[in-house]
Amino acid sequence: MDMNEIKEIFFQECEEQLAELESGLLKMNDGDRDPETVNAVFRAVHSIKGGAGAFGLDDLVSFAHVFETTLDCVRSNKLEPNQDVLKVMLKSADVLADLSNAARDGGSVDEARSRQLIRELEALANGEMPAASEPPVAKAAPAPKASAPAPAAPAPAVPATSEDGFQPIPFSFDDFDGEERPVEPYVPTCEVLFVPKRDLYAKGNEATLLLRDLSRLGEMSIRCDMDKLPLLQDMNPEEAYFSWKISIATDKGEDGVRTVFEFAEWDCDLEVRTIEDEPEAVAGDDEQPMQPVPFDLSILDDASDVPAEDEPAVFEQPVAPAAAVEVASNVVKLAEVPKVEARAALAASPAASQAAANAAASTAAAPTIRVDLDRVDRLINLVGELVINQAMLSQSVIENDNNGVSSINMGLEELQQLTREIQDSVMAIRAQPVKPVFQRMSRIVREIADATGKSVRLITEGENTEVDKTVIDKLAEPLTHMIRNAVDHGLESPEKREAAGKNPEGTVRLTAKHRSGRIVIELADDGGGINREKVRQKAIDNDLIAADANLSDEEIDNLIFHAGFSTADKISDISGRGVGMDVVKRSIQALGGRITISSKPGQGSVFTMSLPLTLAVLDGMVVTVAGQTLVVPLTAIVETLQPEASAIHSFGASQRLISIRNSFCPLVDVGRILNFRGTQANPVEGVALLVESEGGGQRALMVDAIQGQRQVVIKSLEANYTHVPGIAAATILGDGRVALILDVDAVVAASRGQPLKQEMSLAATG
Amino acid sequence: MTYAAKTLSEGRELIAFRIGDQEFCVNIMSVREIRGWAPATPMPHAPPYVLGVINLRGAVLPIIDLSLRLGMKAAEPTVRHVIIVAQVGQKVVGLLVDAVSDILTVTDDNVQPTPDIANEAAKNYARGILAIEGRMICMIELEALFPQIESEAA
Amino acid sequence: MKKKVLTVDDSRTIRNMLLVTLNNAGFETIQAEDGIEGLEVLEHSNPDVIVTDINMPRLDGFGFIEGVRRNEKYRAIPILVLTTESDAEKKNRARQAGATGWIVKPFDPTKLIDAIERVTA
Repeated sequence: MDMNEIKEIFFQECEEQLAELESGLLKMNDGDRDPETVNAVFRAVHSIKGGAGAFGLDDLVSFAHVFETTLDCVRSNKLEPNQDVLKVMLKSADVLADLSNAARDGGSVDEARSRQLIRELEALANGEMPAASEPPVAKAAPAPKASAPAPAAPAPAVPATSEDGFQPIPFSFDDFDGEERPVEPYVPTCEVLFVPKRDLYAKGNEATLLLRDLSRLGEMSIRCDMDKLPLLQDMNPEEAYFSWKISIATDKGEDGVRTVFEFAEWDCDLEVRTIEDEPEAVAGDDEQPMQPVPFDLSILDDASDVPAEDEPAVFEQPVAPAAAVEVASNVVKLAEVPKVEARAALAASPAASQAAANAAASTAAAPTIRVDLDRVDRLINLVGELVINQAMLSQSVIENDNNGVSSINMGLEELQQLTREIQDSVMAIRAQPVKPVFQRMSRIVREIADATGKSVRLITEGENTEVDKTVIDKLAEPLTHMIRNAVDHGLESPEKREAAGKNPEGTVRLTAKHRSGRIVIELADDGGGINREKVRQKAIDNDLIAADANLSDEEIDNLIFHAGFSTADKISDISGRGVGMDVVKRSIQALGGRITISSKPGQGSVFTMSLPLTLAVLDGMVVTVAGQTLVVPLTAIVETLQPEASAIHSFGASQRLISIRNSFCPLVDVGRILNFRGTQANPVEGVALLVESEGGGQRALMVDAIQGQRQVVIKSLEANYTHVPGIAAATILGDGRVALILDVDAVVAASRGQPLKQEMSLAATG
Repeated sequence: MTYAAKTLSEGRELIAFRIGDQEFCVNIMSVREIRGWAPATPMPHAPPYVLGVINLRGAVLPIIDLSLRLGMKAAEPTVRHVIIVAQVGQKVVGLLVDAVSDILTVTDDNVQPTPDIANEAAKNYARGILAIEGRMICMIELEALFPQIESEAA
Repeated sequence: MKKKVLTVDDSRTIRNMLLVTLNNAGFETIQAEDGIEGLEVLEHSNPDVIVTDINMPRLDGFGFIEGVRRNEKYRAIPILVLTTESDAEKKNRARQAGATGWIVKPFDPTKLIDAIERVTA
């Protein structure tokens, strides 16, 4: 794994945290005051900040920091998260998302907006906090303390900033062994008195390690003061008895020395004194001038092998120049004494991760694993193969064993059952709640409400409803457009609403639920409803319908799904964007879904989308057309009927209508449309499939015969061939042959005189 | 790297096949497998040389009547016909031919340029002529036969 | 022998950075995603040093450190706190809970290794 991969992980995680953040803020917006909600929100921002810092994403860090600071005020009850506060925070969440996207894709962000929000966040934080509070931006990227630049003195070589963006620190391990150092006269620059307290060991610190660390700053000499060491029988193993006096020659200065003791400063008495250029100071009042004692790091390497119970003080004499006798005799084999103290310090205390363990049991979430999507897809494909194979096997058994009594048949039935269950389980792996998409919508609503000056409340329901990930991914775009449309066109201005006796705040309700093996998503607004007069007029102006056309309300409403249709007098910047409801409809249809609208003047509109739960299988009706087997998606079929000769009426040159319960429905000869035959089939000899299609109108599709219904695995035609007009996809039937899945809407559209385009995809020009 | 060396010194391998009384060949690297003829499901609005699609272990594979595609008469597929499953760009297609005749190893020295008399269409896909033991084998470039496939893949 | 480091952090990003940094530096790395899991992992991993985050779901860093220090077996393990908070209050709380030292995020690899070296033999 390299830094780029981790960065990618960071951005994935960012997305998750942003979703977490938004959902938490929305909960708070709805009055949730559970501290855990606030904590989760805080953690999300905090986590983004932490990761962003690691990658030097400064914009993200500074914004997250300000945001975090304000959230901390909420967390510590210094700031009441009322609607106004949450409004700022939700917008801030949006900006944070923008910043994260910009950092990922290299795009730009609305800097004015983020600066504005930084000001608003700071104002919120300051409003309730002492004015003395540090300006949050200033400490956005905390400077690493340890990397305080070394003074001008000949510092060790500073490595250039490494490619992963980390700051170099002026520190080199090469110095430790001392080999490369020019032999310089040892002139201590600092004097250190280090008196550990017993807490130092209780917190896992070790005096020896600190001294070793200190030795890395430069040559030093150490005196161990053991005066306090009691007789053995009086020794308390938890107590700290030793203290050290160190003279060190370092270019890191007093700060450098103190940094070594950073972790221990509360748990020891520490005096650090810089020795000025006065040799007397070295001598001190009661000390002899000291010679350096090379601090042998190797003794530490042995440390772990030395039983802690060893005698507490073993003296070592690394060097013994005459002048250093005193020093040397006092140098303790550093590794050992503190070990005794530290280990002993661990005596009895009731074992008690019990509480934590209990907490674990109660809050343990269902464990999850992350799986590469490719693996899941491969599994789904294989199960698809299994389903086909099982069907083929069943078929050949039936063909070869007409007695139908064998145990083979029973086994096959079980196999079929199991196969179906495996398939369902595998499909469930890809199923995801629609929540992320719904969450994105709340941002869309906020933005458009801001842009239009409308006040909008988005209510989401059923966001845990699950559907195939592919469907979810492709749902966001049409849904976004519809939401924009609902707020921009659907809802009236607050003034108009008030005048109409409505709540000036409009409501948009987004609902998801499962219904008969499909997911149904409803988008309802409580706006003015569709202005049918206007729609009708527009349709007439655009030659979509004849001026005297007799259309039902439903049919008029559905005109808005026609290409290029827009009721807004001027193309609005918001819902316009060159995309009409026809595009929405097409993308829903591309997912094997349907969309309808129902509207009540003055009360609002409801868009209902029905989508398959998966794009991998569909329930189809297997039919015969001109000797070919076709599959018609079951969801498109309203009913099937056997036409009576008396019900068929000719209309114009070639059109035929079928009368069903006193209304006339155009007949569509599927075989003709698909060019499977040159002449029209005799409707009386076939079966009519009544289908609902674009525009809400019904059509009767003529096929020769119905073979049955079954679930089929959807296979792409495009993978090795090309898109075929009138055909949605392919599947493989029990006999191993490919059957085509009919694109009902395309066929109906073709019957309206929009011929299916002949695509010579495989044709060379020659 | 060993492969490259082999290509240079020992030439490349081709699969030769028969359509009517003519012989053709394609680079063996693009051939996935060879299988018997199975009835294809006709595709609406397809060019005449697309016989339809078949199921190849779960994948939907278009079957091309190579004879028709090369400007000769339409094939009348029988069980004796074979399908050469070949990779063209990112797609996999099945080529209906009469029979596979040989696997050839040739060097560039064996390849003669396509004669001038060849018609325009043939010039597009023919990459040269091989003369082997008195036979004439036309070397075909599949990408040139199905340019759309290639461009879609690109 | 390789030194064993237990890292406890809820951020996948940070976990991966720790993993890469520590493995590159020759440490054996064990990871947990929050304090609860940290305590569970601790039971059978016997690390030489622990690096933990503060803000975590279920059981935060403070609680985790307290949990470690309460356990007789693990009282002496050095614990480094990874935190973006550089303010004294957080450090102090971590210390009171029993932290050995801290590393301010964003950490650079050297600083992290340096801090670990500082508290381990």
